[in-house]
Amino acid sequence: MKNRDPSRASSAPPRREGAERDWSVVVEDGRAKTNEPVSSAVANPEATTLRHEPHEPPRQHLPTKLFEKRTKVHNKRIDGRFRRFKWFVMFVTLAIYYATPWIRWDRGPYAPDQAVLVDLANRRFYMFGIEIWPHEFYYVAGLLIMAALGLFLVTSAVGRAWCGYACPQTVWTDLFQHVDRFVDGDRNARMRLDAAPLGPKKFAKRTFKYTIYLVISFWTGGAWIMYFADAPTLVRDFWAGEAAPAAYITVVILTLTTFTLGGFMREQVCIYMCPWPRIQTAMMDEKSLLVTYKDWRGEPRGSVKKAQKNPGKFGDCIDCLQCVAVCPTGIDIREGPQVGCITCALCIDACDKVMADIGRPRGLIDYATLEDCEKEANGEPTRSPWKAIFRPRTIAYFLIWGSIGLAMLFALGVRSHVGLSVSPDRNPPYILMSDGSVRNSYTLKLRNMESRPREMEIAVEGLPGALMWTDTIGRDDAAGTQIKTVPADQVLSVRAYVIAPEGTSTQEFNFRVTSRDEQQESATTETRFDTPGGER
Amino acid sequence: MANKRIDEPTGTETVGHEWDGIEELDTPMPRWWLWTLYATIVWGVIYVILYPAWPLINKATEGVLGWSSRGELAEEMSVVDQARTTVREELARIPIERLPENSELFGQAVAGGRSAFQVHCSQCHGSGAAGSQTLGYPNLNDDDWLWGGDLKAIEYTLVNGIRAPGVNDTRMSVMPPFEGAFDADQLTAVTNHVLSLSGKAPSTASGAQLYQDNCSVCHGPAGEGNRELGAPRLNDAIWLYGSSPEQLRAQILNPKMGRMPHWSGRLDPVTIKMLSAYVWSLGGGEEFVEVAEDPAVEVDEEP
Repeated sequence: MKNRDPSRASSAPPRREGAERDWSVVVEDGRAKTNEPVSSAVANPEATTLRHEPHEPPRQHLPTKLFEKRTKVHNKRIDGRFRRFKWFVMFVTLAIYYATPWIRWDRGPYAPDQAVLVDLANRRFYMFGIEIWPHEFYYVAGLLIMAALGLFLVTSAVGRAWCGYACPQTVWTDLFQHVDRFVDGDRNARMRLDAAPLGPKKFAKRTFKYTIYLVISFWTGGAWIMYFADAPTLVRDFWAGEAAPAAYITVVILTLTTFTLGGFMREQVCIYMCPWPRIQTAMMDEKSLLVTYKDWRGEPRGSVKKAQKNPGKFGDCIDCLQCVAVCPTGIDIREGPQVGCITCALCIDACDKVMADIGRPRGLIDYATLEDCEKEANGEPTRSPWKAIFRPRTIAYFLIWGSIGLAMLFALGVRSHVGLSVSPDRNPPYILMSDGSVRNSYTLKLRNMESRPREMEIAVEGLPGALMWTDTIGRDDAAGTQIKTVPADQVLSVRAYVIAPEGTSTQEFNFRVTSRDEQQESATTETRFDTPGGER
Repeated sequence: MANKRIDEPTGTETVGHEWDGIEELDTPMPRWWLWTLYATIVWGVIYVILYPAWPLINKATEGVLGWSSRGELAEEMSVVDQARTTVREELARIPIERLPENSELFGQAVAGGRSAFQVHCSQCHGSGAAGSQTLGYPNLNDDDWLWGGDLKAIEYTLVNGIRAPGVNDTRMSVMPPFEGAFDADQLTAVTNHVLSLSGKAPSTASGAQLYQDNCSVCHGPAGEGNRELGAPRLNDAIWLYGSSPEQLRAQILNPKMGRMPHWSGRLDPVTIKMLSAYVWSLGGGEEFVEVAEDPAVEVDEEP
């Protein structure tokens, strides 16, 4: 960090140590003459090299590697209001994740008593008082749409707050960074330890640290499978070696991914793997709240001493690099908005602390919209950041989001707990009986979505003179209606025979199923009665 | 390898060719790529030793593991057979007429019968068991049975067949050909009478008389048929060989009589039981309960 050019704008190029080494001549040269960002120099090295003096052998300075080696992030501990909020969100999200499967919910003797359960084996999805059947998967689709819109809503209102606080990658990375701090010490100690040769002490520390990583990862994978089976039973089965292979495989995979992504890849997931920041950059505008370095206030940078010697010549930024040291993704926020910034605001905490120490006002780095930044830079009055949340776009997102939720709740409230599907036999379509009447056979599926057995009446409607019987009720008892008991929370498959007198023509008619209880719920399905010569 | 030289900026050797001034650097394969290649070679050798690999004249080398896809299939099939053993044993034990009482076992029998039907019976009776009027294969879904439609009667038919050569107990019915016995008017009269039994044509006194003299012995005075003899009902709506006067006349003069192979010895008793249950379950077997509860009929079915 030697190149201090006072004319540099806040959108100046990133300066990583590795890059600086390879590019020293080109970068220095290019910047000095054109104030051009390094990125364009990387994309078009020829353009930059052309500016060299002719006697210089130009190709010597071509980089042999076009990617920058990762520099490990050792972020420093910081305390502050955003850090405390981050702690709070981390605690809440982890608690929800680990504890939810253990919440019980009494659904009576015929249904599982786990509050949130994805019962793949029986194809049911339980969420507290709501039970979703496979044919109602649109509710899950609705939830996913709500989740997507929710992300849009959050992004338009408070920028990348999801990334900074609630994203699982952030939460677990944060957790693992605390483990680092707990075992290896804070930033400087960790850097020293990383540089030190592998001795017994380092080995012991690493083993201890990775063990904690593994325990957390295992817990994470273990909690995941709890959502798919009765949690207490699964825990017992798991340790007894009796759980389903899928359970073990899932735990192993999630343990390894958590261990790798949370323990080692960390900010690389956010910067290189995650598509969401790319989408977000397209979703944000000058009215979105962002973590912003107020360069008009901070630049030019200078130490407290320099500022005291030359009053009015330096900005508020004293270049203490605390904002960089605390950043979990290792970026320098003073270089402007960038993909690497997850808006966790720890740099705000760090900067506020420094400003308080040297007696300057807080907020050199702060949550602000680009629009407000511009106003502030021009000395115009600005609004409170809270007001940035309420604007047409966020309100529109919120209305769409909320109306989907309401529509789903309404649909859940009025849905029928009885269902009927009918498939007529096609081979043969009809049977001529010896008395001249015609018989058709159907497979009926009676759905009872309540967790108690229910008696249901099946009736044939709109087929004059028709009688029906089923596979368990003989033809002697043929009648216009039949009664079946459908077991709790199940689909009963019934083979039904419908017989119509001679001379009946091929026609449409209905099966109606009605529950014989106080609800009298019913479902009707149209089907067809085939007769000889009636082929269409 | 002509003109090999070191490329100055990169320090890498070139491959020595030049195309319009463009040269190719002789960059070595990535190490991981080579190691992957070597690993696949090693794996290939191991595989050839362990598994069947080289095709010889009659068969392939067997491999030291002794694995073969046929062997694997046989193993899987024996596992399936093992799983079915209990059901099959139970089915072998239970008398067929009592099968419907055990609804779970009955369901398993019907399911097993359905697949056996597709293999052994669908060629004639059709995959939906609807038979064929053109070819004279009866529809098994309806309630019209030449020889009885209860479980025991169906099983007997399956075991012994109909007009099956070389089977002593086979179902045997004979309709004599009336070629030359009737003149044209008589033939019309008797045909009309037969059609009148199910209300399809007006009857005449001469036709009724001819029917009484020639047909009622087997088909019954009112055309009610006789299951003892396999004589079909003539007073219902189902006509195996067609109900037009022409088809009837052909049947009187030179009757077609169906036949069915016997399945004893070809299918094991349990499979036959399952097939009977399936046929019975097709919707026409509901008479069984009455028949089964009547010991006299049951005895009649036993030859």
